[in-house]
Amino acid sequence: MKEIIGALAKIFTGVVAYWVGCSPEGKQRVYFANHVSHFDFLLLWSALPKTVRTTTIPAAAACYWNKNRVRQWFAEDVFDAVLVDRENIRRANNPVPKLAAVLDRGDSLIIFPEGGRGRTPEIREFKGGIYHLAKARPGVEFVPCYIDNAYRVLPKGEFMPLPILCSVTIGSPLTLKHGERKQEFLLRAQKALEACANDPHS
Amino acid sequence: MTLILDPHIRGLLLAVFSILGMAQGIGWWLGRTVKDLKQKEVVENMKTRIGSWWVMVIVFCLSSASGPLGSMLLFALISFLALREFVTLTPTRQADHWALFAAFFVILPLNYWLIAVHWYGLFSIFIPVYAYLWIPIRSAIAGDTKEYLARSAKMQWALMVCVYFVSYAPALLSLRIAGYEGPMIRLLLFLVVVVQSSDVLQYVFGKLFGKTKIAPNISPNKTLEGFVGGVVSAVAIGASLWWITPFTPVQAAAMALIIALMGFAGGLVMSAIKRDRGVKDYGALIPGHGGMMDRIDSLCFAAPIFFHLTRYFFAH
Repeated sequence: MKEIIGALAKIFTGVVAYWVGCSPEGKQRVYFANHVSHFDFLLLWSALPKTVRTTTIPAAAACYWNKNRVRQWFAEDVFDAVLVDRENIRRANNPVPKLAAVLDRGDSLIIFPEGGRGRTPEIREFKGGIYHLAKARPGVEFVPCYIDNAYRVLPKGEFMPLPILCSVTIGSPLTLKHGERKQEFLLRAQKALEACANDPHS
Repeated sequence: MTLILDPHIRGLLLAVFSILGMAQGIGWWLGRTVKDLKQKEVVENMKTRIGSWWVMVIVFCLSSASGPLGSMLLFALISFLALREFVTLTPTRQADHWALFAAFFVILPLNYWLIAVHWYGLFSIFIPVYAYLWIPIRSAIAGDTKEYLARSAKMQWALMVCVYFVSYAPALLSLRIAGYEGPMIRLLLFLVVVVQSSDVLQYVFGKLFGKTKIAPNISPNKTLEGFVGGVVSAVAIGASLWWITPFTPVQAAAMALIIALMGFAGGLVMSAIKRDRGVKDYGALIPGHGGMMDRIDSLCFAAPIFFHLTRYFFAH
């Protein structure tokens, strides 16, 4: 089912992946991307080669994808997504252990560290989540992925998608350095994503 | 199936396939003899282009063989792909979302439906009048005035060039010409063969003898030698194909000249848009050629003029 939906998304947007900073390997990674559209995780996921995407799981906002049965089915049953809370984080609903559990069973993740969708294509400041995940599972590679044009396919507030050509530029992986502070890591990750956005491919 | 049964068309297709086969052979031979690195790159690109030509010719034949509806669907798909490339390249804003959605999923299908049911009167004004007015109205209702005129113009251009002008090619199938019975696909074949061979021969003559740049700011690869060589041979090809058209050999040559000149102009205009946006190609859909729009830019400009000249002077 998700292969069919992925193929449709691919045909609709002609999405291609440009691996400028690393090669598509089967090894475990956390792909982090800019976020402007509900379509983002689907685009990024379908742009990955088959061997990679079969073991890659998107993280999605619980408040949106839990809203009705159809969304729930789409996110949880079809894409196996980890639904995470973004507000009122307490110990019980902390997203980091949920995401770490996915890594522990050997799968890769897709996350959106801006914490929500933007109205413009500019990359916004990262929330702390990506750092806490990196700290919880040091050694895992975090790979920046810049999704280009998705904000035109399905802008925030619209529900019918437009067929606009999209691309994903995938940069060099980074890992949490020993003793690296939260702000340093967040800034470094953000800079890496901006570098992908400025790559001539995207 | 009429396509394959018609002896004229069979001859033409055979010629096209043997030329492709020959080109393939030359490419293979050049690949083995050329040593210079830069030239090798040109040969590699040429081989990729030829490979894509096989696919394009076969797809075109299959759709034509399945009747007028097949051609209609093929050109509707070509329009869709070209429109997607054009809209991707010319940025709009969120306020234009619904105007664009309608362009893709209402205006484009309706335009081709009007051709399919031979409703020429409405087809000829549907996009130039109704869609043209609807686009700025919808964007104005959305209330965003930033770069308003530029955004409207981009969408109007996109629909005119990618949908309206392209659809004149299958619209040829609905013409009725006295004394010219049998499958109308022959007229469409004439247009497509002349337009594309003019393109290809301009490239070939340019690569062989090109020295004088004709439009260095817009299309650095276009040369005077390529232009003259390509147009002259396209005219010769057009004239030699008079027997599949309602034209005399001289008329066929004149039509081919106009098609080749409009095709050249189309290539120039669509390249100017690319240079303005700072890209080399409209997309990467067709290996070696670029996007769909890169392949059909000359057809966009040649098809409407060829249609109207034929309609005015020959149809009844």
